[in-house]
Amino acid sequence: MTALVEVRDLAKVFDVSPPWLNRVVERKPRLFVYAVDGVSFSIERGKTLALVGESGCGKSTVARLLVGLYAPTRGSVRYDGLDASAARASDGRGLRRRMQMIFQDPYASLNPRWKVADIVAEPLREHALVAGEQQLTERVGQLLSSVGLAAQDMEKFPHQFSGGQRQRISIARALATEPEFLVCDEPTSALDVSVQAQVLNIMKELQRAQGLTYLFISHNLAVVRHVSDQVGVMYLGRLVELADKARLFNQPRHPYTRMLLDAIPDIGMSGRSRIPVQGEVPNPLAPPSGCSFHPRCPHANQRCKSERPPLQTIGGVSIACHAVEEGRI
Amino acid sequence: MAPPAVSAPLLEVRHLRVEFPTRRGTLVALDDISFSIAPGEILGVVGESGAGKSLTGAAIIGLLDPPGRVAAGEIRFQGRRIDNLSYEEMRKMRGRSIGAIFQDPLTSLNPLYTIGRQITETIQTHLQVSALEARSRAIRLLQETGIPAAEARIDQYPHQFSGGMRQRVVIALALAAEPKLIVADEPTTALDVSIQAQIIALLKRLCREHGAAVMLVTHDMGVIAETCDRVAVMYAGRIAEIGPVHEVIHSPRHPYTVGLMGSIPAMDADRERLLQIDGAMPRLTSIPRGCAFNPRCPRAFDRCRIERPDLIDAGATRAACWLHATAPQELVQ
Repeated sequence: MTALVEVRDLAKVFDVSPPWLNRVVERKPRLFVYAVDGVSFSIERGKTLALVGESGCGKSTVARLLVGLYAPTRGSVRYDGLDASAARASDGRGLRRRMQMIFQDPYASLNPRWKVADIVAEPLREHALVAGEQQLTERVGQLLSSVGLAAQDMEKFPHQFSGGQRQRISIARALATEPEFLVCDEPTSALDVSVQAQVLNIMKELQRAQGLTYLFISHNLAVVRHVSDQVGVMYLGRLVELADKARLFNQPRHPYTRMLLDAIPDIGMSGRSRIPVQGEVPNPLAPPSGCSFHPRCPHANQRCKSERPPLQTIGGVSIACHAVEEGRI
Repeated sequence: MAPPAVSAPLLEVRHLRVEFPTRRGTLVALDDISFSIAPGEILGVVGESGAGKSLTGAAIIGLLDPPGRVAAGEIRFQGRRIDNLSYEEMRKMRGRSIGAIFQDPLTSLNPLYTIGRQITETIQTHLQVSALEARSRAIRLLQETGIPAAEARIDQYPHQFSGGMRQRVVIALALAAEPKLIVADEPTTALDVSIQAQIIALLKRLCREHGAAVMLVTHDMGVIAETCDRVAVMYAGRIAEIGPVHEVIHSPRHPYTVGLMGSIPAMDADRERLLQIDGAMPRLTSIPRGCAFNPRCPRAFDRCRIERPDLIDAGATRAACWLHATAPQELVQ
């Protein structure tokens, strides 16, 4: 099995410096946020990689880098062997057609002044995938029914739909160009649980039927466990652990992964003991030295404070932790 | 799990009905809500957006946004009716007897005042203490909520605190006048999971120490499971099921609760497909006749489409479902 998407040492640095005048007059320093700092992973065709982490860990930035909404500062994304940076070029249309994105907020990602027919037809028109209006209408109807909506719904406006239905419209729009790869940035976090279940079921069915590959971004570990094949855990712009789903959830290795899993409320009320979570995510403008998790880590030692652990394969799992490497945990 | 039955409930809500008069007719946002909270008890209120859970909390603390109003029923606090109090009387109750914690910690703090000023103001409004005493109480409260270097941070402004720390300040503020009941409306929804776990543990511990009862409004069943003694499941402005947390989660009696529980991805079991409730909750303008859940209910029968069920004893819980009127143990998950 070859990887459809290959990401090597991807980084995105945002310049958040104060304006030039303030820097000169008030001697304010330049400031940079390392939103994504050297992330590497690959996704096999037909599989789902989930990225999890808390707010500000860079997971959404990775999503935007992958579909070319941001230009990477460093590193590369290869898509089916091709350099994905070409997707940003004006002649990258062919590549753009093959990857699509689903956004978090279905209230913000659909134009309220457009009918559903136009929203779903836009990519078809843009990429000239159909000939003639009649074929277009047919195709839009097909797309809507593939996500469980009625073909007649195309005459309505977004405000006539509930949140879950809107998210289905976003999915229909994303599927219009028959992409192979979908980047889903928190597709269900704005939805209620019963509606979330509907959307997750549809996404899984579509994956099975059309062999789609997903990058699934979420902060909800239970959802990630449900949809993914592989899981990457991010902390302050870096991957700290990357493993198969079963392995990550059954034998989490990195202290941060363990902490995240421990923090989930226990709905089964099994009474399992939990390690209380310490501290908060540090300010990304001034990340800690060494391993960025060390101020919250119960296993941190001197080396963790000074030396940044690289992501390396230990026992079949990619992990960035000195304590795991040294066999301390 | 459940606290021993106490003869006098701290809060009693009876047949509460909240209406919003609009140009196109009156919307009934809460319809015939009845429940009670015992002293020291934690009652969870769970439901999807628009079910009326936040509105129930707002009605109790007397902060319904106009034109919303209590149209029928009553709310009693320590035996005294509070739903018909004047604005001024209610203002004295709020904070002193009933504290409130809201979802967004940034908007519930005044950005122009130091947190110390906000807490001491609350203390001095409700309790007869000197300014010095109020300040030392405020520091003690901040220490209790786990804010490091409370003596120094008391003179800082809300923007100097992180989201989790701000929510700790809000909790300190809610507890400042030692209220007997705290209405917490989605207190952890704006926070990351690791912070959420800290805040939930803190809220639970402090309310136990201070002997305060809590009405915890949330959409997160996991938070309910961890925190509450009893839970009320709301649907379309009514209580669908109410009972001890353990019973509601492990053997729900109302088909809506069954669906709700089944649609949550589990951490300890693999399922290819989540149980799904088709459709969505009705809008207030088009609540169906009979049981509001009947168009989505896999087990609806004729009576459900005509007659609206009240809460009926269904084993360990009470469910508003006709299935339990005939054969109580019929519903098996």
